[in-house]
Amino acid sequence: MGFFHHVWTITHKDLRSELRTKEALNASLAFSMVILVLFSFAFDPSAEQIKEFSGGLLWMVYSFAGALALNRSFAREVHNDCLDALIASPIPPAALFLRKMFANFALLFAVELVSLPVFGLFYGVPWTGQIGWLLVVLVLGTWALSVIGTLFSALTINLRLRELMLPTLVYPMMIPALMACMTLTSDLLQGIPVTGENYTWIRLLVIFDVIFTALSIVFIDTVLIG
Amino acid sequence: MSTQYALEIESVWKYYGDFPALRDVGLRILRGSTVALLGRNGAGKTTLLRILAGLSSASKGAVKILGADVRQESTRRRIGVLGHGISLYDELSAMENLVLFGKLYGLPDPRKRAEEMLEQTGLIRVRDGLVREFSRGMRQRLAVGRAFLHEPEILLLDEPFTALDDRAIAVLQTLLRQGHDQGRTIVLSTHQLREAMELATDVALVQRGQLIFSGERTQEMLDDTGFLYRTYGEN
Repeated sequence: MGFFHHVWTITHKDLRSELRTKEALNASLAFSMVILVLFSFAFDPSAEQIKEFSGGLLWMVYSFAGALALNRSFAREVHNDCLDALIASPIPPAALFLRKMFANFALLFAVELVSLPVFGLFYGVPWTGQIGWLLVVLVLGTWALSVIGTLFSALTINLRLRELMLPTLVYPMMIPALMACMTLTSDLLQGIPVTGENYTWIRLLVIFDVIFTALSIVFIDTVLIG
Repeated sequence: MSTQYALEIESVWKYYGDFPALRDVGLRILRGSTVALLGRNGAGKTTLLRILAGLSSASKGAVKILGADVRQESTRRRIGVLGHGISLYDELSAMENLVLFGKLYGLPDPRKRAEEMLEQTGLIRVRDGLVREFSRGMRQRLAVGRAFLHEPEILLLDEPFTALDDRAIAVLQTLLRQGHDQGRTIVLSTHQLREAMELATDVALVQRGQLIFSGERTQEMLDDTGFLYRTYGEN
């Protein structure tokens, strides 16, 4: 069976499991909605102010909601020692990592796609003006969060305080990608086109994604088996 | 490269921090033999089995499975592992679990093979039931089915009789006997000496991380299951 068939087989399994239990999906979605609603009630910024901090607010929400989903990623495999069966099976460790990453990506992206219109509604921000570039930023940022989160989810799997350790490790690593995502999102929602400096942020995101995906694939064997 | 040994363990050490869980363990297991890996709790049986299964790496020494590295994809395809956990997904059905692992092992017809195993383990009637709804005995039988699903040449079983009900023990014993008759190599760690001695062709005794006895299972061991511990083990 080919590498990508392995990846698809278990990504499909993960998504099917998640759709049956909806543990991570419900937790992440509920968290995103609550934070967005609470912020809209807590502050009363002007329309211009909203556009300026919209990127920061959205990506904070996505990151925190992501941590909830990412914590469940490998933890799901610890129950019943399922991870042992996967490691013992003839799946390349890289395939095991990628399938987890794809499942996390799909989950986080779904949460983002639902929260974005809610954000637009509560804060009165038109978000469809540059929807193409906004989706590009969402894809690149979510990929970064999924790669880093999945790797550290595997690394912290046997720690007692993994729920605490995962965000502590993930957020510092995510700083360059989050800065890029926040800046780009704010600019796009203010109607600033992607030119000049913003292209640099896009390039940074692409390079970040490529480097960390490659590093994760190289080191996942060591992370899982030691 | 063909070798007469299914497993070759050479001077394996395993440290957890400074603590040596395994100390200079060396053992060769012939193809087709059934080895009972015995020892008290904490002796190092599970650590040794995890290294053999490729779930953990040795700190020092080397392990070869059928003459090759255990982490090779082709080698792992030839090993079946049953650990302490059932290694099944609660939110999937019995059939979905077995089909998933059948696909991962590259079986030509995972669904057909899964049905055969469900039949053999007496779970065919609950094939579409979710594992989380199964009783403990049913889950254990399904776990046994998963380990045997891809007809592995080598079976590594860590305390497989623990917490099994009578029916599950019977299923496991039947599968192990069939496996032995088909020439599979079986290594099982256990505290159930009676069941182990009945099945074993060879015995290995681990004590405080060291292999203190390995050899053929004798009639004396079968007649008196405490013989081995009294003769070679600590009091």
